[in-house]
Amino acid sequence: MDILQIQNVSKSYTNHKALDDVSLSVPRGTVYGLLGPNGAGKTTLIRIINHITAPDSGSVIFDGKPLTADDVAHIGYLPEERGLYKKMKVGDQALFFAKLKGLKSAEAARELRQWFDRLEISDWWDKKVEELSKGMAQKVQFIVTVLHRPKLLIFDEPFSGFDPINADILTREILRINREEGATVIFSTHNMESVEALCENITLINRSRNILSGNVAEIRSRLGAGRYTVSFEGEPDALFAALGDRVLASSVTKEHGLMKASLRLRPSVDRREVIALANGAVDLVTFDRALPSMNDIFIRTVEDYNRQHGITTTDL
Amino acid sequence: MKSKIGIIIGREFRERVAKKSFIITTLLMPVLMLGLMVTPALIAMFSTPSERVVAVHDPSGIVLPALQNADMEYARFVSVDSDADSVLRDTGYDAVLSVSPDVVRNPANGVTLFLHDAASMEMEATISNVIKQAVEDKRLQSYDIDNLAQILDEIHADVNLHTVRVDESGEGESTSSMLSYIIGIFMAFILYMFLLMYGQMVMTSIIEEKNNRVLELVVTSVKPMQLMLGKILGVGLVAVVQVVIWGVLLCSISAFVLPAILPESVSQQVDMLNAGTLDAAAATTDIDLLQAISVLGSVWFVAKLFGYILLFLVGGFLFYASIFAAIGSAVDNIQDASQLQSFAVMPIIIGLIIGMAAATDPNTPLAFWASVIPFTSPMVMLIRIPFDIPGWQIWVSVAALYLSFVLMAWFAAKIYRVGIFMHGKKPSVKDLVRWANYK
Repeated sequence: MDILQIQNVSKSYTNHKALDDVSLSVPRGTVYGLLGPNGAGKTTLIRIINHITAPDSGSVIFDGKPLTADDVAHIGYLPEERGLYKKMKVGDQALFFAKLKGLKSAEAARELRQWFDRLEISDWWDKKVEELSKGMAQKVQFIVTVLHRPKLLIFDEPFSGFDPINADILTREILRINREEGATVIFSTHNMESVEALCENITLINRSRNILSGNVAEIRSRLGAGRYTVSFEGEPDALFAALGDRVLASSVTKEHGLMKASLRLRPSVDRREVIALANGAVDLVTFDRALPSMNDIFIRTVEDYNRQHGITTTDL
Repeated sequence: MKSKIGIIIGREFRERVAKKSFIITTLLMPVLMLGLMVTPALIAMFSTPSERVVAVHDPSGIVLPALQNADMEYARFVSVDSDADSVLRDTGYDAVLSVSPDVVRNPANGVTLFLHDAASMEMEATISNVIKQAVEDKRLQSYDIDNLAQILDEIHADVNLHTVRVDESGEGESTSSMLSYIIGIFMAFILYMFLLMYGQMVMTSIIEEKNNRVLELVVTSVKPMQLMLGKILGVGLVAVVQVVIWGVLLCSISAFVLPAILPESVSQQVDMLNAGTLDAAAATTDIDLLQAISVLGSVWFVAKLFGYILLFLVGGFLFYASIFAAIGSAVDNIQDASQLQSFAVMPIIIGLIIGMAAATDPNTPLAFWASVIPFTSPMVMLIRIPFDIPGWQIWVSVAALYLSFVLMAWFAAKIYRVGIFMHGKKPSVKDLVRWANYK
């Protein structure tokens, strides 16, 4: 069963529609990517999931039931823009947030100590937040987000502002929680490499609408259908002559003494036939499927959508 | 849900109460205020001026004896037979009083006082009084009335207006209007100070939270409405604690300190005043002062006043702080807030102004309505209370105030919940109203 279902959710502000009939579902225990350009409506959607604002129409089903304010106790959300009380001590502050999540003082203190040990920040406990660097404060914010063992974790651009080492520690911890505690994780991010590496499923929101949803591997192979990369020794012209009108588009480069051609094949053609023809014309070294990166997919899908709807990118 | 508000209140409260500045102001303010009240009295008590020698040149022969009989504590009058420059320059005298021979006929131009240094107002007033009396006596004598002294004695009257206001139960409570005036204004000023200070504290703290984006993190586990209420209540609790501490301090002063430092004769007179047996003419201390001491000495009365302050402080604070909170949520910095702030500040100031007018006449329709309508009611009502207005008016005012807090908080929360996520453009009043209508 899906832990979270968004059904036909719309939300309008005075001057614009933040969400327009958006539906998606997040399978339990998976890592999910919520993608989209700036201002697409991701943050509004996350705020609705966190019960911070209410949708104008549509519904949110959490764990099989319509979302209520109490469900927030089972959700951990790390906002993109986040801060801490500057004058408060780190430990007191972490306790304050933990209690807001419904933890008892003693329990919260015990769990916090464990987390502080694990992230090796125990000696910050009595420091004031204004003495910490931004990255240090972010670690504290991360702990506060996951401390109450939520079923659903939502991270909005979690890695911005982290150095590579700490970003790596963070990623490891998130995946560990996902694996060991079975928590479902939603990443809202622009960082497509991390999406490729971490997410099983994604939804791409553009201009307030869900324009692409599904399994990452399936999307890549679907959008990569008919695309291949061929490296060979020999004349490119000989190759294209042999393949004829089976090729719709192509480009050729030369790398390390090898010719490299990117091909887009007519959908109906048989791949084995193409390989045989190519092999006859040139000395074939590799013949690979060219899976598009999430970055390509993101850009191409958004641009296609905007073109179809008569939006120039300068509008964004 | 409830406990979350409790956690917010706890944080807001602890953060402020633990501050050194809070502890210092709380303990220092009463000392300062007491100092302000007591210092003039102390100065008057200990600075008995050194005796001055006044040389009197009195060809008329009636002023000098009168002055010498007047028994002035700090002036001695000696006769000189000239007001020539040599006398004026004689540093053996502090002052020279020159009286013209026909002072009885023309007192308006007949008397001059020459001084080496600044005159004390009191001395001038006494001298002029004595001369006036002497001249009048002299003129009366010129009518040759028999038994003049006896007649004068018989018609002499000392009047001291003893105001007794009678409430419905028929029991009189004695307070002078002057005292009510002072108490009313005093309470309204405390309230005014608190409402502005703590109201703005709520506003700046919200702006700060919004600016450094703690808010984004807090609202992931608390509803904006709860956060706003928690903040208002937390800051309000600090104000209450401060007032209670001051109230307790003042009550203990009135219960223990005042009786201990008051001279025996004064406290006896206060007791007589309370029992209604004081002969105003025989009192050696100013009757207004006695009344003031009697009021301050009544622990129950002081406690009751602080009770009223608390009642209107809490209601008024909740009401205005809601407005301050909505404004704080809508802007990015204090500068942007200054204009919108007038929505909260203006009613408080107008309330104080109407209250001042109400202190001179507490029963005008304006005073009544302004003390019932929540935007001005806390200040105006507090000023009217010492005048023993009917009890139902107080309770109508309180009920209206607390009810409007609920409405105002509900409205403010609707703005707050949208405002805290708005950055950049400074919002107009129209924007705020539009936000309030979002789902």
